[in-house]
Amino acid sequence: MARSQAHPQSLQARNSRVGFYALLIALAALGLGFAAVPLYRLFCQVTGFAGTTQVATSADADLAAQMAKSAGGKTISIRFDANVAPDIPWTFEPGQTTDTVAFGQREMVYFTARNNADVPVSGNATFNVEPEQAGRYFNKIQCFCFTEQTLQPGQEVEMPVLFYVDPAALDDPNMKDVQQITLSYTFHKAIETDGNSDG
Amino acid sequence: MATTAEGFDVHTEDHGHHDADHKPGFFARWFMSTNHKDIGTLYLIFSILAGIVGGVISGIMRAELAEPGIQILTSSIPLVGVGPGNMDAALHHWNVLITAHGLIMVFFMVMPAMIGGFGNWFVPIMIGAPDMAFPRMNNISFWLTVAGFTSLMFSMFVPGGPGGLGAATGWTVYAPLSTITGSPGPAVDFAIFALHLAGAASIMGAINFITTIFNMRAPGMTLHKMPLFVWSVLVTAFLLLLALPVLAAAITMLITDRNFGTTFFEPAGGGDPVLYQHLFWFFGHPEVYIMILPGFGIISQIVSTFSRKPVFGYLGMAYAMVAIGVVGFIVWAHHMYTTGLSVDTKMYFTAATMVIAVPTGVKIFSWIATMWGGSLEFKSPMVWALGFIFLFTIGGVTGVVLANGGVDDNLHDTYYVVAHFHYVLSLGAVTAMFAGFYYWFPKMSGRWHSELLAHVHFWIFFVGVNVIFFPMHFLGLDGMPRRIPDYPEAFAYWNGIASMGYAIMAVSVVIFFINIIYALVAGKKAEANYWGEGATTLEWTLSSPPPFHQFETLPVIEAQGHH
Repeated sequence: MARSQAHPQSLQARNSRVGFYALLIALAALGLGFAAVPLYRLFCQVTGFAGTTQVATSADADLAAQMAKSAGGKTISIRFDANVAPDIPWTFEPGQTTDTVAFGQREMVYFTARNNADVPVSGNATFNVEPEQAGRYFNKIQCFCFTEQTLQPGQEVEMPVLFYVDPAALDDPNMKDVQQITLSYTFHKAIETDGNSDG
Repeated sequence: MATTAEGFDVHTEDHGHHDADHKPGFFARWFMSTNHKDIGTLYLIFSILAGIVGGVISGIMRAELAEPGIQILTSSIPLVGVGPGNMDAALHHWNVLITAHGLIMVFFMVMPAMIGGFGNWFVPIMIGAPDMAFPRMNNISFWLTVAGFTSLMFSMFVPGGPGGLGAATGWTVYAPLSTITGSPGPAVDFAIFALHLAGAASIMGAINFITTIFNMRAPGMTLHKMPLFVWSVLVTAFLLLLALPVLAAAITMLITDRNFGTTFFEPAGGGDPVLYQHLFWFFGHPEVYIMILPGFGIISQIVSTFSRKPVFGYLGMAYAMVAIGVVGFIVWAHHMYTTGLSVDTKMYFTAATMVIAVPTGVKIFSWIATMWGGSLEFKSPMVWALGFIFLFTIGGVTGVVLANGGVDDNLHDTYYVVAHFHYVLSLGAVTAMFAGFYYWFPKMSGRWHSELLAHVHFWIFFVGVNVIFFPMHFLGLDGMPRRIPDYPEAFAYWNGIASMGYAIMAVSVVIFFINIIYALVAGKKAEANYWGEGATTLEWTLSSPPPFHQFETLPVIEAQGHH
């Protein structure tokens, strides 16, 4: 520290250097804050955190079905829940309230959506499952929630979901008490990206 | 004071000569200041003023909560948008009050006093530096803080959520309450802007402190000889540097969600409001250590001074603060136990949170061990410091209770949580600030406060705050939720008592102001080292008040023979 006395000129240079490094740390932390957005999404998709469901291919499903055979055909109840956000003029209901499926068994269910407005309306469905630890075992092969849906005035459609519950759930102690999984969807009005968005 | 009983053996020049004490004119001195002591004084004055605003707001809240029903929120005050019979506006205004109280106390009272005030005043002096590393940036930091406060105050008078004026989001500004969905008016934008300004000010302050402490220590002042207050500010500066930018990122995303159609926290566009909570608490948990660590430093100086002993376990004390700072970054989700975390996640955050009790326990133990066998003198700062240790320990113990994920399922967002964090902050940090104030006030002003009034202030304050906050434990355990202006009859008894406690506490604050006025008008002149031989840090080698520019010839801290 005696240097600062001997070379008063150099103190300013050293201060600038340390100050600059400290600024870099702050900027790195700022970058980390924004990087958290894609990282969090990735984390949820990989781990099923916060009830994020999994997307599976047919090949995954075949593998799961084989595992299911060795698991001995245990079943689990699925409850279906459908909601609409206040901003979308749709009616949206599940075709059936509950269903019982075997682990690994591919199941197709339908939801019914109807556009009550007199103009075409596009919507996106958000989804999750409860209890949240079931998210990583709930695999969707096909879902209307993967893409934006557009309904013409008064149009009513059946929207399919093809899913299975991963037999690996049987080995997870956190899943031991789970007797029913709720699959929930909420339709929101699609956020338009062509500039005439109102929010 | 670090390692030996004798303290530093310091050689300084006579600072009384007139060059060192030449001051610029009033406007240049106070509005364009680059002097760390003047900026510290400005910060302290600002913090006291902000504290009055935040304190009056809490008085309104306690008055409303004194008995069940809505009484004063329906008073006619058109300026803030409330009036008789307008229940929506009254309830909205309640949320505006809790928001303003939290943000003011955190960002514009505790932080400016601890870091900006005492930090600016005494960090350069304690390490033997003539000033801060970047004096002009220091000035910008202060005035940005003032600008931030102005923006926050302004937000109270512009439309906020449905039905009222002002930002009604709580200090956490959670989405979607704070997005366009919950708060369509511009008030939340002004509140967020206030946080941006205060955050930028604090980041600049942190850069300034880090550079000053790393580069400008006097010859012989090694890191391991620095007074613990300097250590506490150094750790705090690093916490600010790492935590505040994350808040800045989160609230920037919030502002773009509100105004520019992004969907970071909007499920309709693929966003997730829980992500906001993760980001906020990644900042928010270190933030509570930012508020309390400088208090730890102040208490260490005071306990050592009035025990006439060096601090017990100096290195342990310094690295306990480092450990608290590091672990503070990996416990954030204990604020989010009820957002649906898995059992394993809760288990981790419970365990990690409890680990913090270890370095904190080291500190409490070492303060007591410092006093053990010391030549104790119960001057006012020491009495305040003892009050701090007692109150902070109570708050720490309820913190360990709340750390349990399972227990928190029951206590989350109840008055038990309110009691907990007011014991560590309102009673802990604020008590440490008063301790520091009475410890250093004669040094800063050159005039003595009344020790009698300082003691009276302590006892009334101590009784008052305990009467306010201790019953809140009972209310919380009985299930009274936070953030409500009205409650069932069953909670009336303890709420009434808490509101009486506020009145007691308010009396003590009046005594505080009388004491300051007394000191400035009629206070005796203070000598250089008025606390005597226990006070061994460098500020006691300077006159009271210190010369406008100190240490033009740097003091030399001699190596001690034995260690």
